[in-house]
Amino acid sequence: MTSKMWVTMGPQHPFSHGLWTLKVRVDGEVITDATPIIGYLHRGWEKECEHRTYPQIIPMADRLCYSASMTWSHLYVMAVEEGLDLEVPERAQYLRVVADEICRIQSHLMWLAAMGTDLGNLTVFLWSLREREIFLDLFVKLCGQRLTTNYPRIGGVRNDMPYLFERDCMRAVERFEKKLWDIIALMDDSAIFLSRMQGVGHVTRKEAANLGLTGPTMRGCGVDFDVRRDDPYEVYDLFDFEVPVSQDGDAYGRYAVRIEEMFQSCEIIRQAMAGMPDGPVRVKAPRNVPAGKHFARLEDPRGEGLMYLISDGTDRPYRLKVRSPIFVNVSASKRLVLGARMADVPAVMGTIDMCLGETDR
Amino acid sequence: MAGNDDFYEAPTVEQVIELLSAKFGDDVKLRGSKARRVYLSAKRERIYELCEYIHDVLNFEQASSVGGVDWETHMQVVYHLSNYFNGVMIEIETDIPLDDLRVDSVTPIWEGANWHERETYELFGIVFNNHPHLERLLTPCDYQFFPFRKSYKLRRAD
Repeated sequence: MTSKMWVTMGPQHPFSHGLWTLKVRVDGEVITDATPIIGYLHRGWEKECEHRTYPQIIPMADRLCYSASMTWSHLYVMAVEEGLDLEVPERAQYLRVVADEICRIQSHLMWLAAMGTDLGNLTVFLWSLREREIFLDLFVKLCGQRLTTNYPRIGGVRNDMPYLFERDCMRAVERFEKKLWDIIALMDDSAIFLSRMQGVGHVTRKEAANLGLTGPTMRGCGVDFDVRRDDPYEVYDLFDFEVPVSQDGDAYGRYAVRIEEMFQSCEIIRQAMAGMPDGPVRVKAPRNVPAGKHFARLEDPRGEGLMYLISDGTDRPYRLKVRSPIFVNVSASKRLVLGARMADVPAVMGTIDMCLGETDR
Repeated sequence: MAGNDDFYEAPTVEQVIELLSAKFGDDVKLRGSKARRVYLSAKRERIYELCEYIHDVLNFEQASSVGGVDWETHMQVVYHLSNYFNGVMIEIETDIPLDDLRVDSVTPIWEGANWHERETYELFGIVFNNHPHLERLLTPCDYQFFPFRKSYKLRRAD
């Protein structure tokens, strides 16, 4: 006997990682329909920005996502610099790249920790957070904060790297590249983990592109695109790194892409530290942005971030539109969970790495 | 397939401009271009046709963003479309008069535009024709106002 019913998962559910709801219609155990519900955290971020001066928005951009604050404030200052037509000093561009990649590693580790608990492996959670702490310590050295970093500035970065930062950074990276294998072993050598990840939440390449999935979620479905490589910003075109792509299209493929991205980030940090030029880290930026329309895009740890800025010549933006990767990825959740079983939902939705701050804005 | 008459896998910026002006003439105006960027403005009536062409022929597989702008004299919908093979991005803006806030939805072309259009609808009140599910998304469903319009003032704002 089968029974069809709607089950509401969330807003307070162990798998949801933030306040959002996934209503699923189940036929027995199989999901036949799903509706994501968001909006619990809508703060009118874009409207708030219209009432603040350009530098005041940098710390607000940090709060779009607590675990990717560096990339969000970076994206915002890039959009403003596009409007000012400002040339950022090369050393500042290198520092931004290093900071972005540290941010990517710690964000992916946060995801890995969450993924571990979702699938019932508490050791993964503890070990991932332990490794993440080392990268957060690097943030503390660089800009004095663990999460809301407030580091990029319009025209550069807040400060040069402190004494011995390069040494600490290289030590952290080298240690991490060994330690990550321990965590991988915990996941990949576990038959339970593999059986829960492989073959669930399958999406084809064409669907992934059409659904607007971006970032590791999209690359795990076979779309070979990374803004850092294909539409380079800052100095990313100077570095030699690979963009991991998985043709599997299932939850395991998306997991594997994120793991490999962490190794690639280590590689980028190493190259950026080796090639770091001397010079100023910040130029003085004018207060008002001349009237115009500009946008910047960047590879956030979760996907493609885009900010569309309309300036009207005053010291405040006329309109600032944020394209959040998770906002679009979660809109595809119906397609992702369709046909899966109830117990697969945490495994499938875990791989899109939810962050509600940027989704609801 | 690249270079074929009816399909371009990775069209260059020059090709995009040339093909669009040949196909749409004065209905699509070029506002500017630079490396990997094309800026266009289009007539509202031809948005769906234009987007369909950009998707089917020029292979822009993703609608990165759809957003609204309130210019007080009129409104605008801005589309950012991206190609996964060469990183080219097209920005299209289309003017919408205040007395008829309607534009064709591009969700039938790009599923990823779905929530962007719902968001634009609830924050600006722009209606997207043929949208599969045009309801409020971020704000409570009983709201009767559109908070991102310039006529909506924040408290303590001048």
